[in-house]
Amino acid sequence: MTSPATTSTSRWARGVVLPVAAVLAVMVFALNSSGYVVTVIGFAAIYAIFVTGLNFFMGYTGQASFGQNAFAALGGYGSAILSGNYYWDPLLALVVSMAFAGVVAAIVGYPTLKLRGHYLAMATFALGLITYEISIEWTGLTSGYMGISGIPPLGVGRYELGTEKQMLVALTAFLLLGVWISTRLRDSRFGRALRAIAGSEPAAQALGINVARYKLMAFVVAALYASCAGSLFAHFVGFISPEVFGGAMVIQSFTMLFLGGIGTTWGPVIGALMVLMLPEFLRGLKELQDVVYSCVLVMILIFAPKGLAGLVALIPTRRAPAAPRPAEAK
Amino acid sequence: MSASPPPLIEARDLAASYGRVQALKPTSLSVAEGELVTVLGPNGAGKSTMLRAMMRLTSASGRVLFRGRDITGLSTHDRAKEGIILVMEGRGLFSQMTVRENLVLGAYTLTGDETVDGRLDGVFRLFPRLKERYEQVAGSLSGGEQQMLAVGRAIMAKPKLLMLDEPSLGLAPRVASEILETLGELNRQGLGILLVEQKAPQALRLAQRVYVLSLGGIVAELPASEIKSHHDLSRYYLH
Repeated sequence: MTSPATTSTSRWARGVVLPVAAVLAVMVFALNSSGYVVTVIGFAAIYAIFVTGLNFFMGYTGQASFGQNAFAALGGYGSAILSGNYYWDPLLALVVSMAFAGVVAAIVGYPTLKLRGHYLAMATFALGLITYEISIEWTGLTSGYMGISGIPPLGVGRYELGTEKQMLVALTAFLLLGVWISTRLRDSRFGRALRAIAGSEPAAQALGINVARYKLMAFVVAALYASCAGSLFAHFVGFISPEVFGGAMVIQSFTMLFLGGIGTTWGPVIGALMVLMLPEFLRGLKELQDVVYSCVLVMILIFAPKGLAGLVALIPTRRAPAAPRPAEAK
Repeated sequence: MSASPPPLIEARDLAASYGRVQALKPTSLSVAEGELVTVLGPNGAGKSTMLRAMMRLTSASGRVLFRGRDITGLSTHDRAKEGIILVMEGRGLFSQMTVRENLVLGAYTLTGDETVDGRLDGVFRLFPRLKERYEQVAGSLSGGEQQMLAVGRAIMAKPKLLMLDEPSLGLAPRVASEILETLGELNRQGLGILLVEQKAPQALRLAQRVYVLSLGGIVAELPASEIKSHHDLSRYYLH
């Protein structure tokens, strides 16, 4: 008979050790590869952070947001302007930009989150469009379509991550930290409340959960992740322009979220790696590349509707009898 | 001479509409401390709307007083924090979460792990089957077990008033009886209960008072013991 402790260890191995090991393996592979592979996997890590935040709002809380790119833009431009024009430490610029994005999310989210369903989706979509237009039109600050170049890489004080491979190590650390925080939040009282809201808003309210406040908090958390991803992009590439944070970012992040597994811990990471790396594996197919790529995505969504992370749940495990509560186990 | 204590909950001229359709005409009712009151009525009588209006899950006119204090302006979650807990029609469980997670969420307004553990023990005494299903996903439970979980989750909140919307709906008579017996036990411990049912002889046996709701309005209010003497009511609701 399997003891609860064994089951818990097995869950820990499957839910933490294996995914972390897989992420580290991909990163080690990248570090031993060419600069191009490093760039692709670096983008995947940045997107994984962005989508982890999106997953918090959409997967755990059950809300729709098509405007998270707005907060990525705030992070990206914030970091670019503060570290490029005003010579702030990139890390400080990243943190301040995140704080600014969080405040903006709270101000904008307060009225917006009173909407539901399609109306909320459209309102958040408008948020992304407005930010996009501002980044084009406010040329004095953003240089419009020309974008901002010469953004310094991440670093603190005199120490600077001078190479892409060093940056990739930092991105991996940011990603694992982001996933860890997301998991801790999900398993907290706050996270349980969000999942209750996703289950049924009236039922959550009837249990004493302040639904409006928690939805706003989840929106702010997602904005912090998006801003962090935007800042990391700016420091990783050294250049940003409005297109980087345009509608394509929204579509791509949605694809990653659903493909990887919405509402799962590692789905965003798997989705980001899959969506960005698959085209590279299919490059040899030349003109058929896009067709095969699309077919693979559609097949995954048909045969793994809960995403690739959801397939892990299908792996049979020995099930323990009803586990006693910690108090009983004492 | 001391004044009589205010009712546990009192609705005054509570009315609600869905668009142009008035689902609940101005209705007044009350539940005293430690009282079990049953609201009976056929489908579409406005029973669920009345409970939702009392919980402010539906916008309504009129006033709601809790232990004499006007709580009309309080939001749903603040009413829950006051100790007014509603077991919704359809149970309102979080089907993707486990029994444990559902129960812990029930204690959301309480603080401190010890309190939660203590409440869990109380729930398991009432519904031992929930303990056996502790790590099982709520959506995979049988209908009866789901209803036990819904009631158990409500009890986790340490309610002062428990409102239930047709808890026996769709359940086998034996399971429904088990759940209603538990409600009776809770009431004997001093918990005020407002129980809405369509047709439930057992609910009437447990109740001290009965309201009969029809076409969105209360058509009768009487002690439960007197319902037998009302031929029409007893024919419809006791058989």
